[in-house]
Amino acid sequence: MALQDKYKELIDTANSSGVSNLQVREQDGVLYVDGDAPNGGAKDSLWNIYNKIDPDFRAGDLVLNVNVGGAVDGGKLKVVTESSNLNIRKGPGTDQPIVGKAGHNEIVTLVNKTSDQWYLIRTDGGAEGYAYAQYLQPA
Amino acid sequence: MKKNWLKNLAILGTAVIISLSIASCGPKDADVQSAAATALAGDPTTSALQVSVKDGVATISGECKDDACKVSSENVVKGIKGVKSVVNNVTVAPPPPPLPPAAPVTISPDDNLSKMVTDAIKDNAGVVASVKDGVVTLTGEIKRADLPKLMQKVQSLKPKKVENKLTIK
Repeated sequence: MALQDKYKELIDTANSSGVSNLQVREQDGVLYVDGDAPNGGAKDSLWNIYNKIDPDFRAGDLVLNVNVGGAVDGGKLKVVTESSNLNIRKGPGTDQPIVGKAGHNEIVTLVNKTSDQWYLIRTDGGAEGYAYAQYLQPA
Repeated sequence: MKKNWLKNLAILGTAVIISLSIASCGPKDADVQSAAATALAGDPTTSALQVSVKDGVATISGECKDDACKVSSENVVKGIKGVKSVVNNVTVAPPPPPLPPAAPVTISPDDNLSKMVTDAIKDNAGVVASVKDGVVTLTGEIKRADLPKLMQKVQSLKPKKVENKLTIK
């Protein structure tokens, strides 16, 4: 319970900001917080609180896995890289050859979610392949 | 003789009047019932109960969430003026079923986790990751501005734990 007290502000914010399927579990000295954020802003605010409670994420006592849900096959995704282009690859893995690129803030189409990490996407320019899901959010 | 008869009638009449007035001197059942219902309604735990009164005997019915509520409803009704006795027909709701235990946390197996971590740190030159028993240890160096994104990526891979031993530039 002690970890839930330490990260109480984060858990409270997850509840109040509309994170769905929220699960808060403590196991072997690590707190696991899983769920689907309604938007990128809600996710960012949780990470800001995490960084405030545990500066630079040094404690190793929290695994925060709250991602922006709501992406559906055929839906639009926005490329949320820091500033660079997003690689589109032949297969789901960074060892796969690059077959195209999507620009920063470009809107692409989700073909399907191959895994939690890799989405099969298609750009308006016609490039189709796998991109890293953490750089994509529902548009 | 006739005068005596009249006198007897008068006594009888008086007796009838007295006995009638004695029978009706206590509170009426309807008033007692109303007072008891009001008293029960005043407490949220007993407000859903019903009470009826007949000849000063109050019968309480309905469902309580626990025994304490059942007992308190009886005490409340007993305290109402005009209630001679209480029949407590209140039932107590069964306790709710215990919550199912939370599913244990899923931890990615090491071989799968290693591959996913390789993908996750690919954009962060200077960061080295090792995986053992689900624990991801990050070493090397990183810019502070890039740290949250890296942690977001690594923590979404269902690791057991993330040890951040990065040197922040």
